[in-house]
Amino acid sequence: MEPFERYRPIIDDFEAFLAACERSLGSAVRVNTIKATPERAMATLDVESVGYEQADWDPRVLRLETDSPGSTWASFHGFTHGQEEVSVIPPLVLDPEPGERVWDACAAPGSKATQLAALIDDRGTVVANDNNLGRLSALRFNAERLGATSLAVTNDDARNYSLQPFDFDEFDRALVDVPCSCEGTIRKNPDALDEWSMGHVRSIAGIQTGILRRAVQATRTGGTVVYSTCTFAPEENEAVVDRVLAREDCEVVPFDLALEHDPGLTEWDEETYDPSLAEAARIYPHQNDTGGFFVAKLEVTG
Amino acid sequence: MADDERVTGADAADTADTEDAENAADTDAIDGELATNEGERFDRLPATSAERTVAGRVSRKEVLEYYDERFGIPPETFADYTFWEKGAGKIWVYAGEAPSPTAVESLGMLCLRTRQEHWKPTTDFVQRFGQHATECVIDLDPDAAARFVAGEDQELDWDGDWGYLIAAHEMAGEREPLGIGLYVYDELRSLIPKGRRRDL
Ligand SMILES: C[S@@+](CC[C@H](N)C(=O)[O-])C[C@H]1O[C@@H](n2cnc3c(N)ncnc32)[C@H](O)[C@@H]1O
Repeated sequence: MEPFERYRPIIDDFEAFLAACERSLGSAVRVNTIKATPERAMATLDVESVGYEQADWDPRVLRLETDSPGSTWASFHGFTHGQEEVSVIPPLVLDPEPGERVWDACAAPGSKATQLAALIDDRGTVVANDNNLGRLSALRFNAERLGATSLAVTNDDARNYSLQPFDFDEFDRALVDVPCSCEGTIRKNPDALDEWSMGHVRSIAGIQTGILRRAVQATRTGGTVVYSTCTFAPEENEAVVDRVLAREDCEVVPFDLALEHDPGLTEWDEETYDPSLAEAARIYPHQNDTGGFFVAKLEVTG
Repeated sequence: MADDERVTGADAADTADTEDAENAADTDAIDGELATNEGERFDRLPATSAERTVAGRVSRKEVLEYYDERFGIPPETFADYTFWEKGAGKIWVYAGEAPSPTAVESLGMLCLRTRQEHWKPTTDFVQRFGQHATECVIDLDPDAAARFVAGEDQELDWDGDWGYLIAAHEMAGEREPLGIGLYVYDELRSLIPKGRRRDL
């Protein structure tokens, strides 16, 4: 937990934060509305006597009373998909509509890409990209199990992504769920911090900036881009968005979020960020008994 | 993996993955004038076989007829979908936009294998669209359903056609498709891909 010490000044009730990070996380699933309504998924879990609690902030999120959420009839039928509660947030913030063209720049293993497909009623185009071919095979497995037919899968570096395989040249929306230092997954992976170093944080921030810039460029004027990470490090969150605001035509816009959260930071480590970054959301594990997450919503202005 | 539905028994030879490489180079004598299929890109199926430009490629019409005739799935079910071929005889169903041909990793889901004597739908397709089927659906009791999903072959009565069937069971008051099976010699073989099998 050593790397977390530097967050003491920005986190209210820091001891509760540390205590939550020590607790392991339960199994959450998302109901895959391509194949089932929440009612049908819950009826299936009832039949097989798997206990659950429906999240109060979204009827499609269920907290299961089992350690193997992948070994249920509900999962076999593709009614549910194991997905951390906070990981459900970015696609909801992106809020795509049926028929739209949506880019998921870093999509593997596909939890959010399949959620995007569900949100557009599996009608439209979700381009799910990842530069890691091995992880893409997991994505394809998940997409087919969940019955997502609106997904096109590509294998490229998102930083210089080409829309050449398609006959349109911009997206309506883009999700940028970047690789990160994963501090917020500590409750699922207790060794998440083993490899942590400030050097790693800084180098991955460069990749994140490149991917977010490309996403803004590839999205139409008036379109939406959502940037998310599962880490607390401001260098990978507000600092990345701040840098892209300065270089690309876009602005941070507010959004509603039913889960308890903190505003994004506007200063950190002797740097100041654009004041609009206060519209971003930081979710800490002790606030809703979840993992940690950062989400910012951008509108493309030119 | 997703498009690698490994199967057991007599059917294995039909669907072994190496087959794709071999077929890709294969040109049907009758179709000698037509181009050969390219395995590394997706080509949209022609509307009818009259519009076909690649040897051995099935048409959209034939795919819709197959699903209709074998399983009673109404052709209208697919009104908003396109069908694509990647690799010889691997057919994909897609709801999005793409030009043809296009070089991507996948478009929608693998739904059917043609270019073999008996066409074979995938389990993922059956789970996604099988609720529209009215024929060649074998209803399994809870015990048989669990065995099917675990990948077991079992002796079962069935007085319809032999060949590929949609196995289904009742779940919370509704018929729910489980996956694809092969019925021959009074036995239902489970063709649930290894990665999808579960002990439930
Ligand atoms: C946080 S994970 C994405 C999780 C995914 N959105 C989901 O919900 O299932 C980040 C992904 O970014 C991919 N990645 C890393 N660098 C990339 C790059 N330059 N271009 C595209 N993808 C990249 C990694 O392979 C990894 O799968």
